[in-house]
Amino acid sequence: MNSESGARLVLRRLVHHRSARWGLIVIAALVLAALVGPLLSAYSCNEQLDIVKLANARPSWSHPFGTDQYSRDVLTRVLCGARVSLAVATLAVLLSMTLGAAYGLVAGYVGGRVDSAMMRILDGFLSIPRVLLLIAVLTLWHPVPIGGLIVLLGATGWFGVSRLVRAETMSAKQIDYVAAARALGASDLRILWRHLLPNVISPVIVAATLAVGNVIALEAGLSYLGVGAQAPTASWGSIFFDGIDLYANWWVALFPGIAIVATVLAFNVLGDALRDVLDPRQVHLARPLPEEVMTETSLSL
Amino acid sequence: MRRLLVARLWQSLIVVSIVTTISFFVIRSAPGDPFSYENQNVTPAIRDHWRAQFGYDRPLPEQFARYVVSAAHGQFGYSFQMQEPVSTALAQAIPRTLLLTGVSLTLSFALGLVIGVVQAVRRDSWFDRTSSSVLLFFYSLPDFWGALMTLLIFAYWWPILPAGNIVDATLHDYMSGWAAFVDRLRHLVLPALSLTLLTMAGVSRFQRAAMLEVLPSDFIRTARAKGLPEHEIIWRHALRTALTPMITMLGLMLPALLGGALFIEKVFSWPGMGQLAAKAIDARDYDLVTATVVVGSVMVIIGNVIADLLHVVVDPRIRE
Repeated sequence: MNSESGARLVLRRLVHHRSARWGLIVIAALVLAALVGPLLSAYSCNEQLDIVKLANARPSWSHPFGTDQYSRDVLTRVLCGARVSLAVATLAVLLSMTLGAAYGLVAGYVGGRVDSAMMRILDGFLSIPRVLLLIAVLTLWHPVPIGGLIVLLGATGWFGVSRLVRAETMSAKQIDYVAAARALGASDLRILWRHLLPNVISPVIVAATLAVGNVIALEAGLSYLGVGAQAPTASWGSIFFDGIDLYANWWVALFPGIAIVATVLAFNVLGDALRDVLDPRQVHLARPLPEEVMTETSLSL
Repeated sequence: MRRLLVARLWQSLIVVSIVTTISFFVIRSAPGDPFSYENQNVTPAIRDHWRAQFGYDRPLPEQFARYVVSAAHGQFGYSFQMQEPVSTALAQAIPRTLLLTGVSLTLSFALGLVIGVVQAVRRDSWFDRTSSSVLLFFYSLPDFWGALMTLLIFAYWWPILPAGNIVDATLHDYMSGWAAFVDRLRHLVLPALSLTLLTMAGVSRFQRAAMLEVLPSDFIRTARAKGLPEHEIIWRHALRTALTPMITMLGLMLPALLGGALFIEKVFSWPGMGQLAAKAIDARDYDLVTATVVVGSVMVIIGNVIADLLHVVVDPRIRE
């Protein structure tokens, strides 16, 4: 399959997929808000306006999301936080998908003892509660710069995907054209890169989309605990950590949370839609309808 | 069955030792140690004395060997902060976390299963669409934020339930048996509810997909042709087959459940493993930190072994 036309086909199907359209619109709006929002705002990200008069101000026209306990404008901080949260999550997922795909490809392609050893190690990684490990490492090495946070989130997020890729690789390498490529004298690296990777990339794309939402939520949680993005940097989680006093200013907890949920929801919807579009097997089994009907009726949100 | 169990336990032992080794070295290689906290009254000489006393001045491999010996004796090192062996500190916290996660896991599987099946049977109906949307929303909630909102709604805006802790801190000791039980229950509702809603969403999504795969199968058509009542076809024939992937999912979900429980414990000041871990991490109580990570993964591994055994029970094809 020509990959250029393949990508275009997927994109066309996505645009016709109603829930995917919503996901794409929300994500595009968020990226736009993250890029230009802070520039349009009357306040800067960490500006403490008037700690006496304006701390914990209720939502109003001049502060639609209210202010936090340091009198910072919450709307501005949500827009600034969007930059950090989206960037951190995207880069971390990029890293983890690369690691996971590489590990899974090698394990699945080489097979045998190497494979079973690699899988046992993976079982060990998979059984460590990720959140607990992250909290421990981030606290003990405190303060971890944002780059370190990205690397840690990426380095702990690839285990599931590498299993997926391994399974796909094992079935893909049985296909005749891999044997044909080998007969023609193609090197292992070439077979992996040119023939196997394109075959296993679809589930990786789906997993990556779902993972972005997941990592945004995770980063927010870590920052809420004070070990993620460091003060005064605004990320969607750190807005809670250093600005919240639930009983005095519920709006500081509410609005950044809505931003997080909307984003995670958008990525989950898009991920689900991508699975419909990219995985013909599941479409066939779960939705045995002609494609035109399918795009019109598959609106589970 | 017995051979499978033994093999799985061996495998688990290997995995546990890998996890222990990794977490021991990761945590020990952090800058500083339990005695490097700031306090002008503690002289460097005293710090060095403590380091020597607890073996922190030895080379890492020797510390590791000592740790392994201590673990073999069932103590898992010594907690400076709690002034007791790590095992004693854990013995209090583990049941509390198990209570919270156990209740939530049971509820979310029971509810998620029923919802998923009904959704699949009435696919694309009004119920299916509405509940799918609502559940996708819950699925997308970050754990801590879901908990914060539950707290805000039910303990602040409409204060019908206590905001935190496992029992009433002042009055619980003076309550009679029944009142004390109710007190416990009331404190359990909000954290368990938050964790259940968040977990259930994932369960029902998966159950729906699993049922949708099973329903078009030939054996379902055969069952219909035999004239079996519809509820029997759905709840016995189809569900039983659709349970197999669910059990796999149960195993895969446990780390996330435990991670979620950490945040829930934090928000509701639930004095379980999460709180213990947080305190230990803040105090650089290394042995205790290592132990919480290891215990967390042991819980996950035990859950996986149970899932494997359930597989055998549900799916006769694996029994051979």
